[in-house]
Amino acid sequence: MEPDGEKGADWGAKTGQAYLRIEGATKRFDDTLAVDDVSLAIAEREIFALLGSSGCGKSTLLRMLAGLEVPDAGRIVLDGEDLAAVPAHRRPTNMMFQSYALFPHMTVEANVAFGLWQERPRLTRAEVGARVAEMLELVQMQRYARRKPHELSGGQQQRVALARSLAKEPKLLLLDEPLAALDKKIRQRTQLELVNLIERVGVTCILVTHDQEEAMTMAGRIGVMSEGRLLQVGTPGEIYETPNCRFTAEFIGETNLFRGRVAGGALACGDFPAAIVLPPDAALAAGDEVWVSVRPERVTLSRAGAASSHAPGDANCNAASGEVADIAYLGSHSVYHVRLANGRVVIANVPSVHWGDAPSPTWGDAVRVAWFAPDGVVLTR
Amino acid sequence: MKPPRFVLARGRFWVGLLPWAWMLLFFALPFALIVKVSLSTPELAIPPYVPPFVMEPGAVLPQLRPDLASYRRLHDELLALGTSGADLQYLSAWGSSLLLAALTTLLCLLIGYPFAYHIARSREAARNTLLMLVMLPFWTSFLLRVYAWMVLLDSSELGLINRLLLAAGLVDAPLQLLYNSGAVLLGMVYSYLPFMVLPLYANLVKLDQRLLEAAADLGARPGTTFLRVTLPLSRRGIVAGSMLVFIPAVGEFVIPDLLGGGDVLMIGRKIWDDFGPNQDWPMAAAVAVTIVLVLIAPIVLLHRHGRTDGRSSGRNAEAGQ
Ligand SMILES: Nc1ncnc2c1ncn2[C@@H]1O[C@H](COP(=O)(O)OP(=O)(O)OP(=O)(O)O)[C@@H](O)[C@H]1O
Ligand SMILES: [Mg+2]
Repeated sequence: MEPDGEKGADWGAKTGQAYLRIEGATKRFDDTLAVDDVSLAIAEREIFALLGSSGCGKSTLLRMLAGLEVPDAGRIVLDGEDLAAVPAHRRPTNMMFQSYALFPHMTVEANVAFGLWQERPRLTRAEVGARVAEMLELVQMQRYARRKPHELSGGQQQRVALARSLAKEPKLLLLDEPLAALDKKIRQRTQLELVNLIERVGVTCILVTHDQEEAMTMAGRIGVMSEGRLLQVGTPGEIYETPNCRFTAEFIGETNLFRGRVAGGALACGDFPAAIVLPPDAALAAGDEVWVSVRPERVTLSRAGAASSHAPGDANCNAASGEVADIAYLGSHSVYHVRLANGRVVIANVPSVHWGDAPSPTWGDAVRVAWFAPDGVVLTR
Repeated sequence: MKPPRFVLARGRFWVGLLPWAWMLLFFALPFALIVKVSLSTPELAIPPYVPPFVMEPGAVLPQLRPDLASYRRLHDELLALGTSGADLQYLSAWGSSLLLAALTTLLCLLIGYPFAYHIARSREAARNTLLMLVMLPFWTSFLLRVYAWMVLLDSSELGLINRLLLAAGLVDAPLQLLYNSGAVLLGMVYSYLPFMVLPLYANLVKLDQRLLEAAADLGARPGTTFLRVTLPLSRRGIVAGSMLVFIPAVGEFVIPDLLGGGDVLMIGRKIWDDFGPNQDWPMAAAVAVTIVLVLIAPIVLLHRHGRTDGRSSGRNAEAGQ
């Protein structure tokens, strides 16, 4: 497949500045197709995130870029150079491993210096020393230069691994779940630190993660992967607001998905009481099977019978009645699970200020859910 | 249900005692006995020595009369080192034993490392088969295997290898394959190789593959990766394997005797001769004591080295073991 039509898909490629170009990369292990015909263009200095659930082939794709895995098919071109015939140790890429893979028998210093000693023409001892000091300062690990990896905390090891992969000034920095080993608190703080650092160094970076928040926080663009395929490429906003398939819609955030067949500009839908009015610009033929995705924050909730901004009978509005089945109060907003008459549950995120001074609906209350047709996204796959 | 604490504690105590009891019974006591014999005076009797202490009738403590002649003999040889014409039979036996053991260890390491590396890098299913093959020789008697080498290497036209060479027209006359130092070394390396391969394998199989990938990713060529990452991380395996080969190889005398034709005396052979035909038990015992002392020194050193190393590589020791 191709990352069709997204605005983000060939950002860079269109402007003629694709720095890294992956064309039809494919890798098969025995009976699993780990990476399936992935094409991607990435601009210089971009921070790109590969996002997908466990086992979808993110690491494999990254390892192909590093030269640790030989693609069965496809091309990888970095800065005009076809990497196919370049072995791992000659590629201008450096990788930070999911497990950090620091050399346990070397000090922090020696770990960072390792790559520098491999440079040809050789660097002098003074040059290596200066560069190591610079790198350790960058990640604020100067004080630990003489320690061995096992004498460091997880976060410190992560910084050393980062320093080691940056030391050689790679053309392409590959980060495989760089923060996975950290606990949630530190991870969130480190995400921004890491982005700042990468931007300061100015290196092109592909990072792999299965955490959508991490991808959205850190990357300028995201590629969503599933079962070896690259399903969608775009900015975090594009991917969230205009998913191009059900997987992306459900994987990134929460959504309400309705399935049905197109019949005269609306969707005849089994699990919604009325035909669903489709967004006006959806170009669909009658009889097509499609899905409509509506984000919970686009769904408004009102007490049954109360006046609502979504006037019943508005041709541009989808609405249905039901009762509150579940509420999760999350401070700034509450997540309402509303069970419609036919049993289908619709999720609505309601800002806490929405109810003003009036009491908010509670379990069992009769309510009405509604959304404007243009807020739904039509998905054909 | 959990057993009460004190039962566990007591159980641990007894289990902890077991190795000590074992060492006492099968090392310390016999060694004390050997030391006693080494300090005795040879005599035509049964047993053929006078113990170094005698109980005078009526005395409370035994009277000590150690005879240091055997040690003096070894000491004199050491002093005579370098003077021409000196009788250095013990020292030269020591020398050839150490040399043979060192060469055996080195060759076992050079041959065994690729063996172990290859097995450790094989697929899991293949690994067990390959390990079985390494251990297969243990299923037949050690002596039988040495005799088999004698049949193979036999220097007449009847020797298996010679027959092959003659039949292939590669040589005109049978080669002198047996009864030389090459044959001894071959037999030694052949016999001791598994003791090198197994600890090396156990070490290399734990080597984190990602460290090698990281090295390559950082620009190290395969050779550099081996020297800077694989080799240092397998140091403990190398040490363990080398000790398992070197220590028994020093005392080995059956293989040199059978394959070397007995013109080079090993220190083990000297002990055998002194205990047997020469009936000089104190001398044999004194030599045995020196062997233990000489071999213990490197073990203690390595142990101490390993301890400091263990402290500095603590949590990641798995990778380095
Ligand atoms: N060396 C290998 N041999 C066989 N199968 C492999 C190998 N490496 C990966 N695979 C398979 O390829 C698929 C993709 O693996 P990959 O490691 O790329 O997943 P991932 O997206 O990085 O997952 P995670 O988020 O769990 O790290 C998986 O099904 C995995 O089992
Ligand atoms: Mg992975």
